[in-house]
Amino acid sequence: MRILSAFLCGLIFGLGLVISGMTDTTRVLGFLDVLAIPKGAWDPTLVIVMAAALAVSMPGFMLAKRRSPLLANAAAWPTRKDIDRPLLAGATLFGAGWGLVGLCPGPAIANLATLSPAVVLFVAAMIAGMMAHDVWRRSAARRDIAVAADG
Amino acid sequence: MAPFDPVSAAIGGALIGLAATLLMVLTGRIAGISGILGDLVDRAGLDRAWRLAFLAGIIAAPLVFAAAGHGLSAPAMPGWSIVIVAGLLVGFGTRLGSGCTSGHGICGIARLSPRSIAATLVFVAVAMLVVAVTRHLI
Repeated sequence: MRILSAFLCGLIFGLGLVISGMTDTTRVLGFLDVLAIPKGAWDPTLVIVMAAALAVSMPGFMLAKRRSPLLANAAAWPTRKDIDRPLLAGATLFGAGWGLVGLCPGPAIANLATLSPAVVLFVAAMIAGMMAHDVWRRSAARRDIAVAADG
Repeated sequence: MAPFDPVSAAIGGALIGLAATLLMVLTGRIAGISGILGDLVDRAGLDRAWRLAFLAGIIAAPLVFAAAGHGLSAPAMPGWSIVIVAGLLVGFGTRLGSGCTSGHGICGIARLSPRSIAATLVFVAVAMLVVAVTRHLI
């Protein structure tokens, strides 16, 4: 039941991406190109998509917070509130990659359906980047423990 | 470029918000794609089955849309070297920054999380800067 729900949620999410045009890199880059605003060539699609998504998810999450999930024991709500350096550094790196191609993780995954070799390459590099981060974090954590033990 | 279509944008956006709400109400999980994929490929990854099912749903969506009579066209992509660099940046950056457009931009802002609002402002601003440089300066 949980697996089927996750699949259907992914399907609805993906349909939202496709229908809204967010799988189209030209559209996303057209939004990010703010210097096109004075020329009247700016694409405001992403603003509408974001606003419509939030118009549903904001009241939706408020409702979800009041009760425990239907198919799990507890909800995994994020708890951190601090704005730290990894958050901002990570957002900077992500923004740079997003601006270069116009693909963020969701639309990249959805576009795998087109079997475009460039998209497959992008997703492979993205997964490699994720794994590189995890390896780096683990080795940094081990170093910290070693330093603490020495000290 | 296809003309701006606010109705499709609003319907699609509402579906994204609905999917994020349903995933939370049903399974108690945040619909953050980088987190779902990152924890799936992580060596210590737990709960792999639902993550795989959610991502499979996303991949199935364009196929369902195409089967309904709409086209399925590959997106415009730059040269391979830029694709690789951008992919690495997106992967490493979303892990370091604990989220992407969906986890921070939609789920996080919906919770009014200060971390997600800050992250979204930063990645949108940096992406705009990169596009300004690559399209208008180089």
